[in-house]
Amino acid sequence: MVNLIFIELKKVFGRKRSYIGFLVIFILVSILQAAMWVEGQTFIDLFTQNLQDTFVLEGNLMNGYFISFMLMNSLWVLLPFLVTFVAGDSIAGEAHAGTLRLMLTRPVSRTSLITAKYIASVTYTFLVVLLLMILSLGISSLIFGTGDLIVFSKTLNIFPEKEVLPKFLGAFGFAFLGMTLVTTLAFFFSVLTNNSIGPIVGTMAIVLSFTIITNLNLQVFHVIRKLLFTSYINSWTLFFDYTIDWRQIYLSLLVSVMHIAALFAATLWIFKRKDILS
Amino acid sequence: MEAPVFIEAKSLVKNYKRIQAVKDLSFTVFKGDIFGFLGPNGAGKSTTIRMILSLIRQDEGDINIFGLPLRKNRNRILTGIGALVEEPRLYEYMSAYGNLEMLGRLSGKSISRNRIMEVLSLTGLDERWNSPVKSFSHGMKQRLGIAQAIIHDPELLILDEPANGLDPKGMKDMREIIVRLNREFGKTIFISSHILKDIELMANRMLIIDHGAKVVEGNVQELLNAAESDLKITVSEPDRAVAVLKDKLGLTDLIIDHEGNIVLKANREHVPEINKLLVDNGLKIFSLTPVNSLEKYFLDKT
Repeated sequence: MVNLIFIELKKVFGRKRSYIGFLVIFILVSILQAAMWVEGQTFIDLFTQNLQDTFVLEGNLMNGYFISFMLMNSLWVLLPFLVTFVAGDSIAGEAHAGTLRLMLTRPVSRTSLITAKYIASVTYTFLVVLLLMILSLGISSLIFGTGDLIVFSKTLNIFPEKEVLPKFLGAFGFAFLGMTLVTTLAFFFSVLTNNSIGPIVGTMAIVLSFTIITNLNLQVFHVIRKLLFTSYINSWTLFFDYTIDWRQIYLSLLVSVMHIAALFAATLWIFKRKDILS
Repeated sequence: MEAPVFIEAKSLVKNYKRIQAVKDLSFTVFKGDIFGFLGPNGAGKSTTIRMILSLIRQDEGDINIFGLPLRKNRNRILTGIGALVEEPRLYEYMSAYGNLEMLGRLSGKSISRNRIMEVLSLTGLDERWNSPVKSFSHGMKQRLGIAQAIIHDPELLILDEPANGLDPKGMKDMREIIVRLNREFGKTIFISSHILKDIELMANRMLIIDHGAKVVEGNVQELLNAAESDLKITVSEPDRAVAVLKDKLGLTDLIIDHEGNIVLKANREHVPEINKLLVDNGLKIFSLTPVNSLEKYFLDKT
């Protein structure tokens, strides 16, 4: 199994297109960091304009933590697309290229193959989120320094510097979980077709449709919203609420893990019965 | 003593929705065979091969390979099989060496660098071992397809149209590799092809299928010999020879072609009798050739 995972990882990272996700994140983060370097202080002043009339704000608020929070919010919509790229191609791409039959004429069980492919896809997703964390949190902190974090999450909150890092670790952990769910959905679609575009379009269509329904504050969607996974993949923002709602975090964790397990089980079930005709 | 059975297919059936791709197909491949698998396009050859490799599931019937049921022993059986299914699809961004190294690792056997280079040398790709596959010609990819099939030294090779799309030299090279694998390395080879000459030149046993069902199975030469074939006779006085053959043997279906040769239909066992008759009647025979090609046999059967 370790051998198979290694081979699948080699395949993922042996293709140039797998680096598009890393490149896009690197470029966007760099652009946003440069923009904040130029006019970040003006942005903070605008952001805290009303507060400055009432409170005295001390210290470096335009710091790496603030930039990182901003980057997470800005790039969150882009991440599903980037991780879908690899997961959606994982099975369908090989079926289209005809190499899936090459793999399956080897003494490798379908369960092992699909598990290895899934682990490779999730590893890629982890590395995408990790890169975002390193660039946005690590590099931003080096460039802009650290300090208290001022965020607007339901209410305007200011967190002391010493509380911020655990919040980011929790947030990035949940971001990874959310993106793993998207990866699993793309992986599921990948077993249904023999071309890479279908899973990417299918996954994005579902993520966007569900997100729209989740964000529409209409009573009619109240019940449906609870059933949609998109209601839970944004749960990383819960870590920046004034009081962390741990019950909601555990619920999100449970729902996300259940979705991931169900989608992976369905993928495995279909793949084990699939006739390889490509 | 009969050689051990390597593949035993029993009453295979495969349906695609309303189309019956394979109908009650049974056949046997023995150890040491080069087993030719023939059929027109759409006859069910690739479907059968995919069932043998467990890429698709048969709806009915059983497949035993190396004496073991395929369904319960898939991985164990595939360890002893090398396969090339239709045109070779390899990882284009990897080198020839990289492909073989990766696929070798999946074979369940330890594959050394020397073994990879040995196989590349056997298939004539050793000089391009480090080139990406995307830079390869079709013929080179086809040879790399063979290389990946034999990298783990399997006992049984299943080759689906290995000469497809090759130029005459490429086809000849491919034929030589396959025959060498059988004769020098003792591989049993199950080969499908629509190039009948290839099968005629290589195979000792064959199976012809049409519309998913078996037409005939057996020893290639015995099947060809048993079949009524054209006999071409180059003889002095062709007109008199025709008269003798019609008169003495009652043959009616015979002609003189544009080169003055007599062409008639006859079983191979009648050839000595015809020869003797013509000689006894004072005719000079310059050549007497049975024209029993597999192509003709195949067309007669399908």
